[in-house]
Amino acid sequence: MNWDVILDPATIQLYGEGLLVTLQLLLSSLAVGAWLALLMALALTSQQAWLRRSVGAYTFCIRGTPLLLQVYLIYYGLAQVEWIQQRWDDVWPWTHFKEPFFCALLAFALNNAGYTAEMLAGAIRETPHGEIEAAQAMGMGRWAVLRRIVLPSALRRTLPAYSNEVVMMLHSTSLASTVPAMVDVTAAAGRIYSDYYLPFEAYMAAALIYLCLSFALVGLFKLAEGRYLAYLAPRRH
Amino acid sequence: MNASDYKLQVEDIHKRYGQHEVLKGVSLRARAGDVISIIGSSGSGKSTFLRCINLLEKPQQGRILVAGEELQLKAGRHNGELEPVDPKQLQRLRTRLAMVFQNFNLWAHMTVLQNIIEAPVHVLKIPKEQAIATARKYLEIVGLKGVEDRYPAHLSGGQQQRVAIARALAVEPEVMLFDEPTSALDPELVNEVLRVMKLLATEHRTMVVVTHEMGFAREVSNQVIFLHQGRIEEQGDPRQILANPKSERLAQFLSGNLK
Repeated sequence: MNWDVILDPATIQLYGEGLLVTLQLLLSSLAVGAWLALLMALALTSQQAWLRRSVGAYTFCIRGTPLLLQVYLIYYGLAQVEWIQQRWDDVWPWTHFKEPFFCALLAFALNNAGYTAEMLAGAIRETPHGEIEAAQAMGMGRWAVLRRIVLPSALRRTLPAYSNEVVMMLHSTSLASTVPAMVDVTAAAGRIYSDYYLPFEAYMAAALIYLCLSFALVGLFKLAEGRYLAYLAPRRH
Repeated sequence: MNASDYKLQVEDIHKRYGQHEVLKGVSLRARAGDVISIIGSSGSGKSTFLRCINLLEKPQQGRILVAGEELQLKAGRHNGELEPVDPKQLQRLRTRLAMVFQNFNLWAHMTVLQNIIEAPVHVLKIPKEQAIATARKYLEIVGLKGVEDRYPAHLSGGQQQRVAIARALAVEPEVMLFDEPTSALDPELVNEVLRVMKLLATEHRTMVVVTHEMGFAREVSNQVIFLHQGRIEEQGDPRQILANPKSERLAQFLSGNLK
């Protein structure tokens, strides 16, 4: 065991940089994924059959294939497409396809959106019909019913499942280390392993970082659930 | 009598599901302060009729006028059901017709106060402070001071229904529609809701009540409509028709229901 290397300032700095990349990747893919998921959930619950089916096919493919494969397809696969190659030097947005961070972000956001959309769509479908009728009877139009009743209720009820998804997403960002030039926490551990040949210490330190992050995320979601799901909690008085 | 003298005028409602005709031409007229009880056995179409009034169910035929303004309807594509010509007009008229449901249908994720101010603030665009003041006033009227910040699930059924009544009152409707408001309640909770409804009747609010409570129909309403198989079998002054029913069917119904 050689923990001195791990506690060396240079090593800590490498982990720190990796942590920053991991967090950037996690937060930006969650942000993009959440908006996409919202739109897709609305499509999945829309009255238009073609919208439901096409988004349903999308979530089926995303949820039916490994995330690692999706990362490879976007980073290596798309880079092989001539049509994109012709454009990635000067035509926006294709210029981004040269950046490893963008490719990883795209893969994670698309994947996250697929899972989250199905969760949210499930919650939207389970909105008690009586609550919707009450809103209609009060003179709310379709958009108002959605914005004031259905979505606030469904988003709340999605929270517990979504907190799992976010922790899973944090762990999934370690797949970014398979993209060369992406140094997240896992890739940082990989470098320390190869520089000092200390696999156990290197990966153990990375595991501890993920563990702390998961703990913080779960704590944040517990706080959010306490606040936004209080109406489902047992009566206290 | 002038059409505009009626708070609510519903003419010749027909409703069918597929081939099954549930309502075969039912009409109702309510003047200001009328309390009309609609009674009948289950399957008689009384709830469907009430829900046709604010178009939660779409009838195939009929006219609906709220305070003299006719809801503009056109034939829709689905099973000959009528649809509003202008959805905005339907929304506006619905705010004039507040409904109280059998299962309360409070918005579970909102507190009591949020439930009551939701429509005034977000539909009628009343300033929030004013809506809150109104909400507190009506909570007091229904006997529920101090529960503003509780969630519906943390209240008893009777309390939830009284919140729902306060929510309906808060839009200051022309007519209140009650769809079996006590049917989902435990027997000991029925009276607290009926008491509130009696209070509203004495305030000369216009109410249409689908109910199984014969006591309420007899003592509080000034008109009773007995529906049988989608038709009005008998209607009139409750003291007369409930004491001396003319039709065999009403007599039968009452003998099974009198308390």
